[in-house]
Amino acid sequence: MAVKEIEIILSRQLADCLNIPIFLVDPNGDLIFYNEPAEQLLGKRFEDTGPMPVAEWAVIFKPRDDHGNLIPPENLPLVKSLSLKIPAHGSFWIENIQNKTKHALSVTSLPIIGQANRFLGALAIFWENKQS
Amino acid sequence: MKVTFWGTRGSIATVGAQTQLYGGNTSCVTVSDKDTLLILDAGSGLRVLANQGFHKQFKHIHILLTHLHIDHIQGLGFFNLFFDPDAEIHLWGPPSSNTSLRARLNRYLSPPLFPVRMRDFNCKLHIHEVTQDQFIIEGFVVNSNFVLHPGPTLGFRISDGQKIVTFIPDHEPALGNPKFAIDAEWTSGYALAKSADLLIHDSSYSEKEYKSRRGWGHSAMHHALLFAELAGVKRLELFHHDPSHDDDELLRLFHHHVDGKWNFEVHLAIENSVIDL
Ligand SMILES: [Zn+2]
Ligand SMILES: [Zn+2]
Repeated sequence: MAVKEIEIILSRQLADCLNIPIFLVDPNGDLIFYNEPAEQLLGKRFEDTGPMPVAEWAVIFKPRDDHGNLIPPENLPLVKSLSLKIPAHGSFWIENIQNKTKHALSVTSLPIIGQANRFLGALAIFWENKQS
Repeated sequence: MKVTFWGTRGSIATVGAQTQLYGGNTSCVTVSDKDTLLILDAGSGLRVLANQGFHKQFKHIHILLTHLHIDHIQGLGFFNLFFDPDAEIHLWGPPSSNTSLRARLNRYLSPPLFPVRMRDFNCKLHIHEVTQDQFIIEGFVVNSNFVLHPGPTLGFRISDGQKIVTFIPDHEPALGNPKFAIDAEWTSGYALAKSADLLIHDSSYSEKEYKSRRGWGHSAMHHALLFAELAGVKRLELFHHDPSHDDDELLRLFHHHVDGKWNFEVHLAIENSVIDL
C-alpha cells in the first residue's frame, strides 16, 4: 500500500465535500477516487469498486463528438492534463450507463503539481450541459 | 539513541509558574548517539540547549527544521555555535516553491526582525534543502516527507538501525477527513509514523477548541491519539502544547482522553525530560 501524498489527500477531501462529479487519477491514469456525484456518471460506487486501473474505467465512457465519432483518447481533457501537465477543457457526448440516453458533458481537468514540483496526477470536474 | 526535550510548547513561548511542569519553550528536541547531535526544530528551547553547552560533547551537529513558522526557528539566532569560527553546522529544511531555504531563513534572520544577518554567522554553515527525501547523517537514516500543515512542512522519521523516532510537531491529519483515522493509505504522515518506537506529535487543542480552529494546521489531543493508534506506534509523546493550556489544563485533558484507553504508552511531553531508546 502506497500512502497518498498530501496534495492527493487534500484533493480527495475537497472532492468529497463538493456536489459536482469529480474524478481523481494518478500519473498513470488509474482512477484513485471518485466522489458521490461521479458515481452516478460511472454507474458504480467507489465503496464497491475501490480504485480502478485506467484500462478498466476508461472504457466505461465512449465519448463522442457532435457528429457521433469516437473521440481519440489523446484529445480528452484528462489525458491532456496527464500527458502535457496542463489544464484542459472539452465537451463531448456520452451514453448514460443505466438508461442509454445521451448526455452532453463538459470536462475541466487540471494537473496536480505539488510541492517540490512533484507531478502527482490530475483532477477532472464534469458538468452536464443541460441546454444541449 | 537518546531523545531530549528542550521545548515542547507550540506557537509562542509561555513562561510562568503555571507552565513550569510541561515547560514554556517552543519546539526543540534532540536525538543523539555518542558523536552526533540531531536538533529537531530550533524553537526557543534551542537557547536552553545552547546555554547548557549540551552540544559541546558532540562531533557532528545537524539542525533539522520541519518548517519555518516562527515557533520552530526563533532559537536559531541564540545558538552561540553559529558564531564560533571552528564550528561546523549542517542545517536541513524545506524550501518553498519559489524561494530557497537560505532566502527563507534570511527573512527572519535580518533586520528589522533580528539584528544579526545569517551571513554574519561565522561558523562553517552547510545548508541542505530537503523535501520528500531519504538522507543519511552519520549513523542515522532520516526519511522526510510533506505533512498537512500550512506552508511546506516536513515530518521526520529517524532510524539508528535499532529504533525509530518520528517527529511531526505541527500536523492536522484530520483536516476534512470525516473518517479519520481509519484509512492509513489516505492519512497524512502515516508512512513516517508507521510502527515507530517513539512518535512525537502535535496535540495542540482540546476537542472543543479544534472545532473553531479547523484548517489552522494542528491536531486536537484525541487526533494525535487516533493517529498514533492507526500507525501502531509503541510510545506517543503529546507535543506542541497550546499556549493557553497551563499544567492543570494539560493534565485535565490527559486524564479525559488518555487514562486507560490505549494499548500503547502515552505521555505529555515535558521540557528537559530525556528518553533513552
Ligand atoms: Zn508550531
Ligand atoms: Zn507551524
